[in-house]
Amino acid sequence: MSTPATTPLTAGTRRLIPLNHALPWIIAAVCLFILPYVFDSRSALTIMNQMAITIVFALSYNMLLGQGGMLSFGHAVYMGLGGFFCMHLLNWVEAGLWLPLPLLPVFGGLFGLFFAFLIGSFSTRRAGTVFAMISLGVGELVAACSVIIVIFFGGEEGISGDRTMGPEVLGWDFGPQEQVYYLTALWLLIAALGMFLYSRTPIGRVANAVRDNEERAEFLGYSQRHVRWMSFMASGFFAGIAGALFAINFEILTEENLNLTTSGSILLVTFLGGVGFFVGPIIGAIVFTLLQTVLSLYTEIWALYLGILFVATVMFFPGGLAGLLAMHVLPWKLGKIGHLVVPYAKMLIPALAFVLSAAAVLEILFHKRHAGLGDHEMNLYGITFDSHGAMPLITVLAIAAVSLFAIVKLAPGLKAAWDDATHMGGHHG
Amino acid sequence: MSVPAIELRGLEKSFGLAKIIQGVDLKIDKGERHAIIGPNGAGKSTLFNLITGKYAPTAGSVHLHGQDVSGKKPFEINRMGLSRSFQITNIFHNMTVFENVRCGLLWSMGYKYSFWHMVNGQRHLTEKADEILEQINLTSRRNVVAGALAYAEQRALEIGITIAGGADIIMLDEPCAGMSHSETDLIVDLIRKVTEGKTLVVVEHDMGVIFDLADRISVLVYGEIIESDTPENVRASKAVQEAYLGTTLEDAG
Ligand SMILES: Nc1ncnc2c1ncn2[C@@H]1O[C@H](COP(=O)(O)OP(=O)(O)O)[C@@H](O)[C@H]1O
Ligand SMILES: [Mg+2]
Repeated sequence: MSTPATTPLTAGTRRLIPLNHALPWIIAAVCLFILPYVFDSRSALTIMNQMAITIVFALSYNMLLGQGGMLSFGHAVYMGLGGFFCMHLLNWVEAGLWLPLPLLPVFGGLFGLFFAFLIGSFSTRRAGTVFAMISLGVGELVAACSVIIVIFFGGEEGISGDRTMGPEVLGWDFGPQEQVYYLTALWLLIAALGMFLYSRTPIGRVANAVRDNEERAEFLGYSQRHVRWMSFMASGFFAGIAGALFAINFEILTEENLNLTTSGSILLVTFLGGVGFFVGPIIGAIVFTLLQTVLSLYTEIWALYLGILFVATVMFFPGGLAGLLAMHVLPWKLGKIGHLVVPYAKMLIPALAFVLSAAAVLEILFHKRHAGLGDHEMNLYGITFDSHGAMPLITVLAIAAVSLFAIVKLAPGLKAAWDDATHMGGHHG
Repeated sequence: MSVPAIELRGLEKSFGLAKIIQGVDLKIDKGERHAIIGPNGAGKSTLFNLITGKYAPTAGSVHLHGQDVSGKKPFEINRMGLSRSFQITNIFHNMTVFENVRCGLLWSMGYKYSFWHMVNGQRHLTEKADEILEQINLTSRRNVVAGALAYAEQRALEIGITIAGGADIIMLDEPCAGMSHSETDLIVDLIRKVTEGKTLVVVEHDMGVIFDLADRISVLVYGEIIESDTPENVRASKAVQEAYLGTTLEDAG
């Protein structure tokens, strides 16, 4: 090997934590620290907390899906059970148990781990469809139990508590939202770092091996079942931490926290962000939480848009948002990222027009069906009009059609620009 | 006499009604280089799968170093010091060449299911993996994704993964299948080098390779071993000539 610069043969002799590895984490920590100074409203803090919880949950989900190749339809079970146990713990703290709040996620994690140990003992025997079906069945089962076993799950109302009853830590009682934010952010860092490091341990690497070729892994001394079970337990542990953070933030857990809808949406979040990259679920959780909060302020059918986004991601960008970003590394390295700016900007206009007009079609139809009797007046993008008239619908349909036509027309140009930007050599055409 | 490395006793395997392996008895001594030959569909790969735990025998038993391992899982048998390669390349296509080899090392180097070591920080592990890359001549391809390798390189990697764990019984299923003459020569050299002092069981069609490598040859025809002897005696055997070899042996001679 004559090019030592490109072959890190020294990988094994490097220091434990090289700076370029630690840097992203340091930046993340600094960002987490200053964010509340930038966005200091109560609702912003709530959204950021929500994001942090979703990130931990999505990262734990990706330990299964991305790292282990296990498609679970019931991952909310581990976050939910971890959360419920923590809620009970909080109530015991109120009754006199000594437990500082910052330690609660440890217990949430252990509860998640415990249930993943139990359920994983049979669900991880097989990968693929069998695993997916069992996860679905267990998810349904636990959700059903949560309505039946009232003493533990609290029935319809769920279980609530008070996070401020424990001993103060450094003078903090965790009443104010800001203190909760810093607690959540700290645990986000701990959990994310833990999961990142896990992926670089022998068991983490072998989880990838089993995902890619379970037969070969068996002939190298690894029981595919044990490997999957361990991944499952680790994933349950971190999901449990997310559950504890949820309990701390919202002080209530209900059936909603462990039902199939929640399980389904974490799959969506993770896939949207990209299962093939560690940062994928982080991006997915941030985008999803933002979209959810912003969209739900403006429209009742936000879930429909998220669904469309999910389908579009699966169909056109199976690598998710992270995959989309990663695609641009090559043009960047070739120094041709600039060649894409103009084609992208050209495409942006019809694309935006199409999205907005298509959404307008849906909104008008929805308003027609669901607005109160005689309520024909509709407001969209700052324009007020009669939703029952033919003109508005025809107009937006026409805009959608024209912009779609423009997109189709511009597509070959974009493709050519892309090919040029991803290949070495001179200018294209 | 010492305990054979591999001993098969009355081994049988049926798939549904088809009896593919019909009563095989075979002893392979420690340090022996044993070749299994036979026409396509004779059951050579099935025999490999029975010995290595991919399939459980329908009847009879498999013994490793005197211990009955019939019905044990592949990973259990691997941990007893037996490692195999596959006729159809079986590597981790999405991982780099280096990572492939490292995966072959993890269990045997005692990392097992550890979640408290960082793989990149393990000097011994990295050095050992690089040593194996050197042996299989893939150092220059170290950081290439295995799926992107040329066919012959993938076959070399297949062998690298197989021998990485330091197993003392190595079983290679048609290591030279689909290779050109020059590539075959390289692989045979490689096999000889990396299996030095080990028990080797190899399935191969190329008679040149067989006579080059093997101390003893077993001829498998329709799931039965019709002859198991030194290359010279197998070459001379009437039964073998009639059943399988015909004139090909003379050509190879
Ligand atoms: N899993 C299986 N199920 C059914 N039949 C099989 C299976 N594996 C092998 N066979 C059959 O066993 C016979 C021997 O196959 P194989 O062991 O691959 O032969 P060889 O390696 O000697 O060419 C073939 O007829 C094949 O179709
Ligand atoms: Mg075969």
